[in-house]
Amino acid sequence: MTDAKAPLLEMRNIKKSFFGNQVLADINITLNEGDVLGLCGENGAGKSTLMKILFGMDVIRDTGGFEGDILINGEKVTFDTPFDALNAGIGMVHQEFSLIPGFTAAENIVLNREPVKKNIVSEVFGERLNTLDYNEVTGRAEKAISKMGFSIDKDMVISDMPVGHMQFTEIARELSKDNLKLLILDEPTAVLTEKEAEALLESIKRMSEKGIAVIFITHRLQEILTVCNKVVVMRDGLVVKDIPAKDTNIREITRAMVGRNVDMNAAPADSIENKTDVSTDIIMSIRKLWVDMPGEIVRNVNLDVKKGEILGIGGLAGQGKLGIPNGVMGLHEAGGTVTFNGEEIPLNNPRKCLDSDIAFVSENRRGVGLLLDESLEWNIAFPAMQVQGKFLKNYLGGLIKWRDEDAIRKITEKYINELAIKCTGPEQKAKELSGGNQQKICLAKAFAFEPKFLFVSEPTRGIDVGAKALVLDALKRFNKESGITIVMVSSELEELRSVCDRIAIVSGGRISGILPASASSEDFGMLMVSQVK
Amino acid sequence: MKNENSNGFGKKLKTFLASNSVPIMFILICAVCIPISGFSISYLLNEIVTRMGRNIFLILALLIPIMAGMGLNFGMTLGAMAAEIALIFVADLQIWGIPGVILAMIFSIPISIVLGIVCGKILNRSKGREMITSYIISYFINGIYQLVVLYMMGPIIPIKHSSIKLPRGYGIRNTVSLLNMRRCLDNVFAVTVGGVKIPVLTFILIGLLCLFIIWFRKTKLGQDMRAVGQDMEVARDAGIDVEKTRVISIVMSTVLAGFGMVIYLQNMGNIATYSSHSQIGMFCIAALLVGGASVEKASIGNVFLGVILFHTMFIVAPSAGAKITGDSMIGEYFRVFVSYAVITVALVMYETKKRREKGKLGAQLQEDQEAEEKKAKEAKA
Repeated sequence: MTDAKAPLLEMRNIKKSFFGNQVLADINITLNEGDVLGLCGENGAGKSTLMKILFGMDVIRDTGGFEGDILINGEKVTFDTPFDALNAGIGMVHQEFSLIPGFTAAENIVLNREPVKKNIVSEVFGERLNTLDYNEVTGRAEKAISKMGFSIDKDMVISDMPVGHMQFTEIARELSKDNLKLLILDEPTAVLTEKEAEALLESIKRMSEKGIAVIFITHRLQEILTVCNKVVVMRDGLVVKDIPAKDTNIREITRAMVGRNVDMNAAPADSIENKTDVSTDIIMSIRKLWVDMPGEIVRNVNLDVKKGEILGIGGLAGQGKLGIPNGVMGLHEAGGTVTFNGEEIPLNNPRKCLDSDIAFVSENRRGVGLLLDESLEWNIAFPAMQVQGKFLKNYLGGLIKWRDEDAIRKITEKYINELAIKCTGPEQKAKELSGGNQQKICLAKAFAFEPKFLFVSEPTRGIDVGAKALVLDALKRFNKESGITIVMVSSELEELRSVCDRIAIVSGGRISGILPASASSEDFGMLMVSQVK
Repeated sequence: MKNENSNGFGKKLKTFLASNSVPIMFILICAVCIPISGFSISYLLNEIVTRMGRNIFLILALLIPIMAGMGLNFGMTLGAMAAEIALIFVADLQIWGIPGVILAMIFSIPISIVLGIVCGKILNRSKGREMITSYIISYFINGIYQLVVLYMMGPIIPIKHSSIKLPRGYGIRNTVSLLNMRRCLDNVFAVTVGGVKIPVLTFILIGLLCLFIIWFRKTKLGQDMRAVGQDMEVARDAGIDVEKTRVISIVMSTVLAGFGMVIYLQNMGNIATYSSHSQIGMFCIAALLVGGASVEKASIGNVFLGVILFHTMFIVAPSAGAKITGDSMIGEYFRVFVSYAVITVALVMYETKKRREKGKLGAQLQEDQEAEEKKAKEAKA
């Protein structure tokens, strides 16, 4: 009865859990026509999950659906596929481009909605043989581009375009849909230059004037304040702040984003004092490092790692923190110089790193970290055996080398006990373990290698709380007992603060600052967004 | 300034040479072999024109799967087998001449469609490995073809005419003569220009197919195929039925290959029942690649250039080889090994090109960084 007043979009009591891990708890969001909502929060706060629910992505259904209601114009809707959401007038521009590289902007804008003309053949063989109406294609593209208000060349092939224009092509594609009511922009300014970003903000304002609501996800808080009339901050699956943009400021938003309990500040102070062996010796120094890791590009990084410390590398996703270990270890193309223990280590050569006793626990467990089809003992002993010749029995003066099965079994059992790995025994296949236990195997593998220096990348990603604590404890113990220098990369700041001595924050592919773990989370937050590009 | 210009030109020339290295290499080989072979120009032209008429239709059938991103369709052999079965039926019915050719084409369509759907569905289950899969499928279907032709034709599928049956009473002879329809298409409207006989009707058919392909690119289906070929995920997100589109592209290719094979065999004048199709896919693909096509991009121009260059080499190599070494086998050996070499090179180049693209970004990063340092230095000074 109050249809006219019903908000455009209402999300009521949205709850979602992945395999028992609650990632969204009781989310309520309301959006009116022409509203621009700025959505921000740290990685893993639940922003993307929420958007995936709204957009009806397959992942959500595959993982058991969600609780709560989505209402559009006061009517309850269920989206089984993104196409249902599109039909309901919701458009989304994802972080990864969804464009056909060899098509022009115009062709991409009308992709699969091409205007067509009938012909004799199509009368007989069906409408897929209709010919395209190129004039109409151009016309529609032009209309969408003018609606957007930022001019891009509609005849330019996508692969020749600067990245920013690709982003605008995506936006134009959504705008060309006549029924568009709500547009979700997932970090649209991440790839834009300053000018382009300004233009985008302008065009968001224009959309909002035309009555299109926009959900704008970004790490650049200034932009939110410029363009949004509403700010929602999420943390740990909860909405922690939902206020009009004019009533808040960057500092407040940052605090809401990062600060858990601001007084629960950081690493237990004793962890640093207890450590007597943190010397001032530099064990690894990185100079002018660039790394071409897709989505995690690193530019001109200089970093010194002290002997015996645990150095954390934090930052938002896609800013390049993962690129640093992957580049140094030679898994992605890199340039610059890395000196380890006074010797220069050649880049792009993983074997040289391993030979210098540097180990790496990759964030890509299944791809890089494990031999999925092999047994646990094989997984644990493999690098040590392959690179250092451990666990081998030599016969005939080293001519024949046999695996020392007993030693392998012994070390595997040792780590299974120490790390509480849940498995049926050393012979179980690695792929049969759960994510957390797989992560422990990766660590055990690195420990068995007995490195002097260890890179650990996202050690707790996708594992439950109990396993998390165990993994972090194992790292701390390993550092303390064997005096190994550890560089730990993680997107969870709290985790870094509980383990590390110093934390370097990466932003825009560069190190934006290094702070002791006891620094306030606000300071870390400011560093994180300082150079976001 | 001038230096820069010449640099730009040199760079352009270099990329031109790099991207056309295969055709250029073949032009050189032909240029060397033609004088050595001692063939007269009119003989050569005659041979090349005949072979163009014989082969181009078949090779054009390869273009559509390339457009759909499925690479070189080694499965075109399936269409060739369908055409052979159709021609065996036509020969059994004793319908010759143009009506025979048309009837054979019509018979081949349902067989091609069924085989094309099977092949397409299998290829959908092996995305990213289409080429090797289609290559092996052609061997697999070859086995079924032999079963049908060697054992089922006679007892199960009625074959009346004893001239095409094996003496034992069932199965088809090693060669089925098509003498009565030999060159029947080629001879319609044929004109002789300066001693070179041009099979006009065949060329008209080829022309029509070219027009069809150009028109097809502008249809919704053609656009969908190009989209699917470039990025399956994006196409799927846009609502295009990726699987169906891919199957259609293979079916179209198989049907066209069937027509092409009928044209090919009417020119030859007989079917080598158990071997005509066996290498047809490979030679067609080699010809296309010689014309400068790659696994992901091929045009009608590539087809024509490829046929001319590849078959010129085919004609002159044995004779040139014989003249040089005194052994005609050398040339024969050479042309077979070159076909394989061309395909190998094309496949390798496809991968290197991809890798080179990847390396570019790294170089860009390095450049950016150096520029930045320079700037910083200048700012300091």
